[in-house]
Amino acid sequence: MEQNFEQRIQERQARLQNVSDTNTEDIEHILTELQEEHQHLVMMTANSIDGAEEGYYQQLIKQNENQRTMAETAIDKRYQALVKQVMPKAPLAKNISRAFLTGGLICTFGQLIINTVMLQYSVDFKMAAPIASITIVIITALLTGIGIYDEIGRFGGAGSMVPISGFANSVVSAALEFKREGMIYGIGAKIFQIAGPVILYGTLASVIIGLIDYVAG
Amino acid sequence: MGRCIGTRSIQFEHPVAIRSWATVAGRKEASGKLKRQFDFILEDNIFGEKSWERAEQKMQQYAIELAMEKASLYGHQLDYFLGGDLLNQIIATSYTARNIGAPYFGLYGACSSLVEGMILASCLLDGGFGRRAAVCTSSHHDAAERQLRYPTEMGVQRTLSAQWTVTGSGAYILDQEAGNWYITGAVPGRVIDRGIKNSSDMGSAMAASAVDTISAWLEDMHDLDTLDYIITGDLGKIGYEICRQQLTERGFDIAGKYYDCGMQLYHAEDQDVHAGGSGCGCSAVVLGAKYLPLMAEKQHSRLLLVGTGALLSPLTVQQGQTIPGIAHAVLIEYHQEGSGC
Repeated sequence: MEQNFEQRIQERQARLQNVSDTNTEDIEHILTELQEEHQHLVMMTANSIDGAEEGYYQQLIKQNENQRTMAETAIDKRYQALVKQVMPKAPLAKNISRAFLTGGLICTFGQLIINTVMLQYSVDFKMAAPIASITIVIITALLTGIGIYDEIGRFGGAGSMVPISGFANSVVSAALEFKREGMIYGIGAKIFQIAGPVILYGTLASVIIGLIDYVAG
Repeated sequence: MGRCIGTRSIQFEHPVAIRSWATVAGRKEASGKLKRQFDFILEDNIFGEKSWERAEQKMQQYAIELAMEKASLYGHQLDYFLGGDLLNQIIATSYTARNIGAPYFGLYGACSSLVEGMILASCLLDGGFGRRAAVCTSSHHDAAERQLRYPTEMGVQRTLSAQWTVTGSGAYILDQEAGNWYITGAVPGRVIDRGIKNSSDMGSAMAASAVDTISAWLEDMHDLDTLDYIITGDLGKIGYEICRQQLTERGFDIAGKYYDCGMQLYHAEDQDVHAGGSGCGCSAVVLGAKYLPLMAEKQHSRLLLVGTGALLSPLTVQQGQTIPGIAHAVLIEYHQEGSGC
């Protein structure tokens, strides 16, 4: 019996290597065979009298499952080729130019604030930059609240997501969405649902860069 | 009792009639291709409620009540209520069942739930375990969006293969008494996974199972010539194309008969829905608002309705698992008054 399983798996391996991906009937036959064998093997594992026997059958199960993946991949490959062929291509030029325009406008607006603040109130750049960020965050929060920023996002894609306005939008939209679940479990727990990774890895990156600066600089 | 035919198909011995139905749809849906052909149109997606989830419950409640009213029935006269939706723990349906009072089975077959419910209800009634049943499913764009994707107000660009979850609900009253529309056959679907991982391309993930189910029916019944329509639930533009190509490749000439509900609801260009509509509400509203009335234009007509579902969850997507699909089918036949069944 034991010999039998091993032998059958080996014989099948050869068949699997020769199977052409156009003959789905052959593959489906193999898949049925694998399914039945898997079931027997699970029972053999369950009935094993010691760890060694169990390990042996589990190894056969692994082989069986690997063969299943092989057989499925043969069918999937053909299907996925069709999907690829049917899939419409994203209008790359249009999307990139829109993103460039949107992101560029947001950043130009930020620069405008910086320059104005520096000129009008005679403060230095270090002071003016946060004022620009805060202004953009507040404006974005307002635009998100009245349902305009998602339209900008639809138009601008990454151009509206990468600047700080995208960050503000992800926080405010999450807060709006989850306010119905209450202050604690809703807003409190979910507000950084999307911005969370940015905050975590942003902090981490700044610590690492700080360390590098400390050591090397 | 029904009969099994061929490998997987079912033919009912005492087909149940679709006695009445009702559809409830959102604003966006009502400004699409089907315009105002729904029984009830929402003022806005919140529907006077405190949350999207409550709004979805209310939609289902309205759909069932309108369908029952059309058939002059009340909840206590129903022997079964079967239904499902896309929300976690199918809350929209279960909470609606609380107000209906009929014995209830909650189903989850993702967007195939309507047809799943129709098959099971037909089996129950054909088997003599009751006289009437309601089948109702719903989906709500914003409720689904926040559960499965991003907050509604977040500015993200959707990919071209993405579909738009329909805000809508459809209820169908199945009855052993005579009617004009009958559910005469069915094919329960198998779960098929072709290794698609892209969760914004569910049409491709589901198309393989639609092909499997439709071929099973056609191979078992050999009735392609007499079928007037083959309708898939929500494959969208990409899934539709894959399904069409694969069926043609298998030798079935489905040209001029095959449509997808997801492509019949919105104006693809103006309404920014990309590949089309999706969700439990998609086939539920399109069947009631478009295809059942369309069937009545001929003396006899036969429609194979194929509900397609992607059986994924945000968790399986994040864990890198592929998307399994399912497709259930029912055969709906129309006979004009007096022309017999």
